[in-house]
Amino acid sequence: MEDEVILLNFWPSMFGMRTMIALEEKGVKYEYREEDVANNKSPLLLEMNPIYKKIPVLIHNGKPVCESIIQVQYIDEVWSNKNQLLPSDPYQRAQALFWADFIEKKVFVCGRKTWATKGEELEEAKKDFIEILKTLQSELGDKPYFGGDQFGFVDIVLIGFYSWFPAYQKFGNFSIEPECSKLMVWGKRCMERESVAKSLPESEKVIGYVLRLKKLYGI
Amino acid sequence: MNQEEQVKLLGLWGSPFSKRVEMVLKLKGIPYEYIEEDVYGNKSPMLLKYNPIHKKVPVLIHGDRSIAESLVIVEYIEDTWKTSEPILPQDPYERAMARFWAKYVDDKVILALWKACWGPETEREKMVDEASEDLQCLEKELGDKQFFGGETIGFVDIAADFIGYWLGLVQEASGVTIMTAEKFPKLQRWSEDFVANSFIKEALPPKQKLVALFKTKFGSAKSK
Repeated sequence: MEDEVILLNFWPSMFGMRTMIALEEKGVKYEYREEDVANNKSPLLLEMNPIYKKIPVLIHNGKPVCESIIQVQYIDEVWSNKNQLLPSDPYQRAQALFWADFIEKKVFVCGRKTWATKGEELEEAKKDFIEILKTLQSELGDKPYFGGDQFGFVDIVLIGFYSWFPAYQKFGNFSIEPECSKLMVWGKRCMERESVAKSLPESEKVIGYVLRLKKLYGI
Repeated sequence: MNQEEQVKLLGLWGSPFSKRVEMVLKLKGIPYEYIEEDVYGNKSPMLLKYNPIHKKVPVLIHGDRSIAESLVIVEYIEDTWKTSEPILPQDPYERAMARFWAKYVDDKVILALWKACWGPETEREKMVDEASEDLQCLEKELGDKQFFGGETIGFVDIAADFIGYWLGLVQEASGVTIMTAEKFPKLQRWSEDFVANSFIKEALPPKQKLVALFKTKFGSAKSK
């Protein structure tokens, strides 16, 4: 029996990008459904994620998996025959989960402030954001990917934000490259992968989206 | 990494996050050396060395390598000591569900309960309502199972240790009641079964010490 895989998503979401990349890496055929999260969430979304009512939602043979990092782990465990995303070694796996947790706790909230705040709060956010990226860059070191030679879990958890970097920089009026050049090289390297190129939106589109959000919130 | 290599745990006696790790180590019969960290006063060089990013406990040191973040540590223990007493299910979907509910407890429930008990009086009713709603989701998820993990203690039970033991004491210290046997009969029964487990019981910090700590640390900040 063939698997039925549906992904409920919203195209600018760096969380949804993770799940898409994982599915693409595994060569899983899936149906993509765009959700109008701002105005009109589908009955399916509300049914499949009643707790948070958020995307992405992965529906595998009718059963929902919510939360993007959990989805990537799930995809790795179900379609285990190809392109392993998490390391086999328990310690390496724990490190990957630790850094995924770090990214989850820090990057989104701080990144958002670079376009949603102003004045002192913005200045503080920009400094913090660069520090967060520098910490990640330090963890990357001289490795091609966070996990080493192979593209994997931590790369997947972080790379979606790369499509938002131009928006952060434009609206926050700062530059990531000077202090994070190695991380930018990593980003470009990841973009050369088909799974990533297919899953990330163009930065100009993200900038347009942020502009609309700013108008909507009066920021 | 060898199972025989020495295990150390940097922890905090009253922390439910720190205790999650101790509970799992005890459940699995893994010997370890416990080191109390003066997290709020004077962080040790060891803590700063083994968790430079967050500088928090718990930190598990296995041989010469360290792992931080309580639920990451729990999964590491599960992966490394593949003996009896599995904490996570084998089936990928069941594992995803366990991780989801553990994250729900961590991201939403604990914070909501804490804010409801110690937050400002003006916000009290709203926060209590929100925390109650969150607990209702857990009550529903627990259903008629003995534990969230089924017949034995699992990942979600461990993640929910705050609700199983600390919550009652926080309610006593703060005077705010959210979880009662009347409103949450299943969770109430679960918490009693949870703390009755001999390995869990062994790990729990003493009641009166905790209540006294809560009253002094957080009670003075509360406006009544």
